[in-house]
Amino acid sequence: MSHLQNRAAAPSLFCLLALALSSPVAAAPAVVKVDGSSTVYPITEAVAEEFQKARKGAVNVTVGISGTGGGFKKFCRGEIDIANASRPIFRKEMEECARAGIRYYEMPVAYDALTVMVNPQNTFIHSMTVAELRKIWEPAAQGRISSWKDVNPAWPDQKIKLYGAGSDSGTFDYFTEAIVGKAKSSRGDFTASEDDNVLVQGISGDRGALGYFGFAYYIENRKKLKAVAIDGGKGPVAPTPESVENGSYQPLSRPIFIYVSEQSLERPEIREFVDFYMKNATHLVKEVKYIPLPTKAYTGNLEHLARKKLGTVFGGQNEVGLTIEQLMKREAQL
Amino acid sequence: MTEKLPGTAGDAHLRALRRAIARRKTWDWLFALGGVLALVLALLVFAMLFGQMLKNGLPHLSWDFVSSFPSRRAASAGILSAWVGTSLVMLVTAVVAVPVGVGAGIYLEEYAPKNLLTDIIEINVTNLAGVPSIIYGLLALGLFVYQFGLGQSIAAAGLTLALLILPVVIVATREAIRTIPQNIREGAYACGATKWQMVSQHIIPYSLPGIMTGVIIGLARAIGETAPIITIGALTFIAFLPPSPLGNPEHLISFEWLAAPFTVMPIQMFNWISRPEEAFQANAAAAGLVLVVMTLSMNAVAIGIRYHFRKRIKW
Repeated sequence: MSHLQNRAAAPSLFCLLALALSSPVAAAPAVVKVDGSSTVYPITEAVAEEFQKARKGAVNVTVGISGTGGGFKKFCRGEIDIANASRPIFRKEMEECARAGIRYYEMPVAYDALTVMVNPQNTFIHSMTVAELRKIWEPAAQGRISSWKDVNPAWPDQKIKLYGAGSDSGTFDYFTEAIVGKAKSSRGDFTASEDDNVLVQGISGDRGALGYFGFAYYIENRKKLKAVAIDGGKGPVAPTPESVENGSYQPLSRPIFIYVSEQSLERPEIREFVDFYMKNATHLVKEVKYIPLPTKAYTGNLEHLARKKLGTVFGGQNEVGLTIEQLMKREAQL
Repeated sequence: MTEKLPGTAGDAHLRALRRAIARRKTWDWLFALGGVLALVLALLVFAMLFGQMLKNGLPHLSWDFVSSFPSRRAASAGILSAWVGTSLVMLVTAVVAVPVGVGAGIYLEEYAPKNLLTDIIEINVTNLAGVPSIIYGLLALGLFVYQFGLGQSIAAAGLTLALLILPVVIVATREAIRTIPQNIREGAYACGATKWQMVSQHIIPYSLPGIMTGVIIGLARAIGETAPIITIGALTFIAFLPPSPLGNPEHLISFEWLAAPFTVMPIQMFNWISRPEEAFQANAAAAGLVLVVMTLSMNAVAIGIRYHFRKRIKW
């Protein structure tokens, strides 16, 4: 008897599995699928949470973290409706999307300020120029610049310990582009981590440390860190919400984006989600410690939607020092 | 002093012998001490880690924490979708890996002819147990997610982890079967049993305790896996549950949940640990505690089964 049951169990199990997977999804609630950058994640998560509450379970939202590049891959395969991106879409990704017939709207949703930090016990650094930062971070610095004195003779002969973003992140791409002048071009002998809390630990425990990461992590840990004012040619400017908003914190403030698929927008729930996103962005962005764009940027995004202004305004590459007004006015291309 | 006692030479000899024995015993004792130290060190590290987790996590552990969805606010964030996801994925993993793994083990041990092909299979199964889990994730992404069209679903994740622990289950099954004395098989045949009767009535029940040990090790590995699950596309924020398997008006039992998107505990923990707000670190510790409890209760079931079957072995 018992072995009869055993014999019947295995095939029936596979039948059930097969049945389950082939059965069409019944009238389940609509789902908005978002994936991509971990930098944009906290914002989209906050919007998703509030949106689901407002819709009382009629619409479900999922948010994944597979990095800006990974998000665009899924986006261009048509697997997700919205891609979170901490940098504009690259040329190669534009071509991928074009091949698959995916057309999209590019919507800036917030500013992120890359913050350069030193240990709080560091008494001689208050501000640094872009040229000084380049001297430290450029590939040629490896093995040559090992002490603060090597950068500026006025600084003491203390060993520099460097901390930075992992090379897969949009943060790394932007910092190298803005400081060294070429994306992904950096010295290699620094402590790199995708987990910013590791960098916080490192910089706060090392007197000679210098590092960079997103503004939100600095704000949460400002007792353990000292932010460096950046001199981009017009005098030193400290990273604050105000200096980022008025565009004076340059070149290290950058817009971050969501990309919305045109095809998905035909579904009412996606349209509602994007509307909700733009209408609630200002306070939700602030709540998760990012810097909101001016209100007219959010309404501008929705206008673009109405006017069918498809595509990216960056032409497939990163650009440093662009203000949000310039960005909104530009022509877009697919 | 002129007269040598007959015993002196013998005494010296005995003393030398005793010294030698004492020396060897010292080594014995030193090795035991080393072993105890290693054990104490391991336990101490574990106790410290666990203590830290208890200290950080316990104050956050509450019914609300277990029954709420993730949130951007640390205080109201919970692990409902994560623990449900983990439970369902582990269910699929166990339901697939245990029958297939045990079947393969029994076949290799009792049925397969000894030839080059089975040797090659054997070596490969053993080696597969050491393949990094991310490789399984990449394989599963191509095969289950795209080729079979399962998508980023609970079914795809369960099958991936099943694949991951299959070698462990197969190896454990074979080891367990090998401990069964040959005369049990011969006895069964002598009574006129067929091979299948011998396997189903003797080999499987007697090797079950050993098999369960392998299943425990396998499932404990699977429940903590993050890399392959992320590779196949598990989500980070998901504030709804898969469709319920019961209570559907049309079918009594529904399998729609297999195709549902999901997240699992280790991903939720990892996400919280990498958050800027410190309050999320405590949430991660509390989630860790729940994961430990889940692993322990899963093992308790396996140990219960093992105990039950070991009692019935009468040789």
